[in-house]
Amino acid sequence: MTAPTETKTRPTYYEELRERGYSRRDFMKFCTVMAAYLGLETSGAAQISKALMTTPRLPVIWLHFQECTCCSESFIRSSHPMVADIILDKISLDYSETLMAASGHAAEAVMQKTMKDHYGEYVLCVEGSVSDYGDGEFCCIGGKSSRDILKEAAAGAKAIIGWGSCACNGCVQAAKPNPTHATPIHKLVRGKPIIKVPGCPPIGEVMAGTLIHIITFGTLPELDRVGRPKAFYSKRVHDSCYRRPYYDAGLFVESFDDENSKKGYCLYKVGCKGPMTYNSCGVIKWNNGTSYPIQSGHGCFGCTEENYWDNGPIYKQMASFPGFGIESNADKIGMVAAGAAVAGVAIHALATNVQKMGLIKKAIQEGKEAEHELKNPLSES
Amino acid sequence: MKGRTLRRVFVWELPVRIFHWLNALAIVVLCVTGYLIGNPPALMSNVEASNRYLFGIIRFLHLAAAYIFIFNFIFRIYWGFVGNKYAQWRNFIPTNRTYFKELWKVFRIDILLKPRTEHLSVGHNALAGFMYFFIFLASAFMVLTGFGLFAGMSTWWLPKLFAWVPSLFGDSEFSVRNWHHSVMWLFVVFTIIHVYLVMFHDYVEGRGELSSMGGGWKFIEEEVFEADQQAEKEAEKVKTRA
Repeated sequence: MTAPTETKTRPTYYEELRERGYSRRDFMKFCTVMAAYLGLETSGAAQISKALMTTPRLPVIWLHFQECTCCSESFIRSSHPMVADIILDKISLDYSETLMAASGHAAEAVMQKTMKDHYGEYVLCVEGSVSDYGDGEFCCIGGKSSRDILKEAAAGAKAIIGWGSCACNGCVQAAKPNPTHATPIHKLVRGKPIIKVPGCPPIGEVMAGTLIHIITFGTLPELDRVGRPKAFYSKRVHDSCYRRPYYDAGLFVESFDDENSKKGYCLYKVGCKGPMTYNSCGVIKWNNGTSYPIQSGHGCFGCTEENYWDNGPIYKQMASFPGFGIESNADKIGMVAAGAAVAGVAIHALATNVQKMGLIKKAIQEGKEAEHELKNPLSES
Repeated sequence: MKGRTLRRVFVWELPVRIFHWLNALAIVVLCVTGYLIGNPPALMSNVEASNRYLFGIIRFLHLAAAYIFIFNFIFRIYWGFVGNKYAQWRNFIPTNRTYFKELWKVFRIDILLKPRTEHLSVGHNALAGFMYFFIFLASAFMVLTGFGLFAGMSTWWLPKLFAWVPSLFGDSEFSVRNWHHSVMWLFVVFTIIHVYLVMFHDYVEGRGELSSMGGGWKFIEEEVFEADQQAEKEAEKVKTRA
């Protein structure tokens, strides 16, 4: 049994890293960090190091469509520098508009070559939504529409990873009225395993962890109902929030800059969407574990959730009620409806006394007669 | 003037009455706590958060009342099959033309306040039953969305069964939550109209409508009772002929 020749010629991750001057100690530290992020047991670090030492590097094609590149930015700033080195810095990335050195026809040729040489093996990473409008003229790269590029690249992919909310749910481009018909990738690609890594952007460590899982185990990570890796998206931001005790105590920030916000109370009433949002912000945090929105005094946007731009307003807990103007929410409409019900009932009560007067008078008459006929035993002398 | 002769009818069995009041209590608690969860009161306090659990208690009450509401509701569905004729499911779901005819009749007499020409229903009138059917649907909707929201943080299998519910709302828990909150107002409006109409019937008809949910008794005129008996006999004849 001989492995395909081309895998022999491809160096392993470990070999590449040693060449780039990383010590074995750095490498082991990286494996341990990744194991911890993935929630593996202690032996998981050994599994990761073994995988990175024995498996040849995974070919990766990274496409950019309608997006802002914040996912790439987040990724190259993930806490461990080796993450960026492993995946991005020339080692594994065969094609990425943002980070590759090549441009123009040369770059497109590289992509075509990767797709041909590694057909059925490469992982396709998609950052951004696809314009599904007309001929796809709103988003074209190298003369091809984003829709065509995606379909072409997806055909030979082993798996597809949707980076960020654009690729997973359309994000801001897909918000009403969605002029470009921005469409998340799972609606355009069928029959391929798709991992969604939503967020605006997703946490760099989460992105790295997802890739490392695929490299280490050769399988997709366990996904939740929506298709997000459970290791990072199984808990609500609310449930890992360090301000949760204030929520349970009923102590809330009423407005930014008030006394309560200085005390660090819960941001629920100023629109924190943590209770409906699944992500690891409260645990892994951002910028090397420095902070995250809630810690900085701003509520959670809910950026990992479907359609979050259309579920605003951002600084209010209740969404505006569709069809009733911006300032209307369910409670305002409900109170008007309840008021109308009370008014209707009052009018009906008045009308009853007029319309059913005969009936009521008869009943009263009948009752009074009976009252007169009866003796009151208490007044008897 | 000679008074009416009234006949006592046992309309609401004890399980129906228990259902009614448990349901009423649960709905009041659910609406109040639910409203507070959506719009927490502004409180200033010097007490440390560790010594307070106000919002936790509000949420606990909401969840506890929700479980009472759900199991009570399931029990009522069961009772719709085994209870007496006034508790039967046919009172709520129209299955024949008579139902629709009565619906219109009740609407004319009670809502448009036209003079009464026909005799009155003893249990639920058709319009009331039909409205309760809508409220049952709304209840089922609240149970679904409520469990759908709770599934993510629950450890029990029952709420977890409803983890798929957000997929009906475009996979957005925001939407589930907004719908759950909005439909609450349907119950508020229903309660206002329901309580009013009970009083209306008690006032206009004097048949013990308001107290019937206490003792289970309603009172109908002797003539109405006899007419009803007559109608039943005729119906029987038709049946035997067929």
